[in-house]
Amino acid sequence: MKYYSYYPGCSAEATASPLGISVPPVARALDIDLAELEDWNCCGSTPYHSTYKLEAGVMAARNLALAEKTGLDLVTPCSNCYVVLSSVNTHLKELPSFRDNVNEALAAGNLTYGGGVKVRHLVEVLYTDITPEVIASKVTKPLKGLKVAAYYGCQLVRPNGFDDPESPHSLDEMVTSLGADAVPWEMKAHCCGSSLVMSEPDVALGLINKIMKNAQERGAQCLITPCPLCQINLDAYQSQVNSKFNTSYNLPVLFVSQLIGVALGIPAKELALEKNIVSPMRVLAPYL
Amino acid sequence: MDETIAVAPAAGVSFTDEVCSIPGGDAIRSCIQCGMCTGSCPTANNWDYPPRRVIAMVRAGLREELLSSNSMWFCASCYTCTVRCPRDIKPADIMHALEVLSIRSGLSTKKSRTPIMYQCFVDSAKGNGRVYELGMMIKLFLKTNPFAALKLAPVGLGLFLHGRMPLRPTRIKGMKELKLILDKAKNLGGAK
Repeated sequence: MKYYSYYPGCSAEATASPLGISVPPVARALDIDLAELEDWNCCGSTPYHSTYKLEAGVMAARNLALAEKTGLDLVTPCSNCYVVLSSVNTHLKELPSFRDNVNEALAAGNLTYGGGVKVRHLVEVLYTDITPEVIASKVTKPLKGLKVAAYYGCQLVRPNGFDDPESPHSLDEMVTSLGADAVPWEMKAHCCGSSLVMSEPDVALGLINKIMKNAQERGAQCLITPCPLCQINLDAYQSQVNSKFNTSYNLPVLFVSQLIGVALGIPAKELALEKNIVSPMRVLAPYL
Repeated sequence: MDETIAVAPAAGVSFTDEVCSIPGGDAIRSCIQCGMCTGSCPTANNWDYPPRRVIAMVRAGLREELLSSNSMWFCASCYTCTVRCPRDIKPADIMHALEVLSIRSGLSTKKSRTPIMYQCFVDSAKGNGRVYELGMMIKLFLKTNPFAALKLAPVGLGLFLHGRMPLRPTRIKGMKELKLILDKAKNLGGAK
């Protein structure tokens, strides 16, 4: 059993609930103990960190301070939480005046942060600590014949991920370890437009279209991604892309944890497969 | 909603110094204007001034012109520029620093809905300790373009029908402490 402190992130409780629901049973099946960080708060995400730097810094640091008490690595399944928490962690190490201000503010809530937490992405833990070989050894329903496009998005691998920033391979290896085929494709780490989908939908829908087109042309039957924002953009906005560009995509977009769960024989209900907007049931039927 | 208090830079502080003083904004001095950032940016054709020019404008001291532009608000934080920059500048972090300065100076543009979206997000995160996505989206559309909401309504409805849009926010238990911490941070210099 491997032990971690777990930070789900706000989306995992709402718009990305298939992620929040599917991670715990998959972790249990892989002997990973994820202890949810007690009373965690929003990491501040890019919007807060792009508007009020010190306030955003303390939003992130409160979580780091709480995690430090556990003595465990802090693991998040959300790529944006990962980038934000790890970049604030780095700034706190490298910038003494920022650290002093943050700690002075934290003291108002009887907290302090000494800089001792390691922030990690769940995919990194699965790849590095658990390894695709061990995952493969626990597969009970091999996904033979299923063609999967592994979509990394941006923030899992940039700016400081554990994989190649532009030609990553960790998720492809995981797909293969489940018995499925990882289709080679070019857009695997290109941007989906992230939250611009709300403020500048035309820009984001154009980027989503390029990703879906490439996945479809390469013969993918579904996509997987670790990132809540990417999943929502590719899944929930797929119909908007279809009406804007006269396309007819009908490609399910699963969270990585959902696909691993299917191969490990975890029941569909526990993986919240019914919560995906484009239903994955047809392509997954042979394996359920 | 936070009141925006326009803050002018202290006398004698250059625009470059100002950007460098924000976490992530340093290193801007070593830019060689190669254009790798602009060439790598997936949204650059929407920017009033594309990334390379943004950096040149900071160093040329074109503060108001740049901070009131839509440029940095189109940064989707994909960090492609950051991993490709041959001078190890972090252009995406610089765009975030410019967004901070733009808000702090009261210059943020009306040409993009992103500044308002970010503010709605901040209000939500501050209000409950966690972001309440539905509330944030409704506020965004009411403040910008309620008609745009109609176009996107099927997306929200789809998420709702799939149990992905709770009707109530989650509030953290330590809200009182979080508020004390945030107030203290604000007193210590707000956006610094």
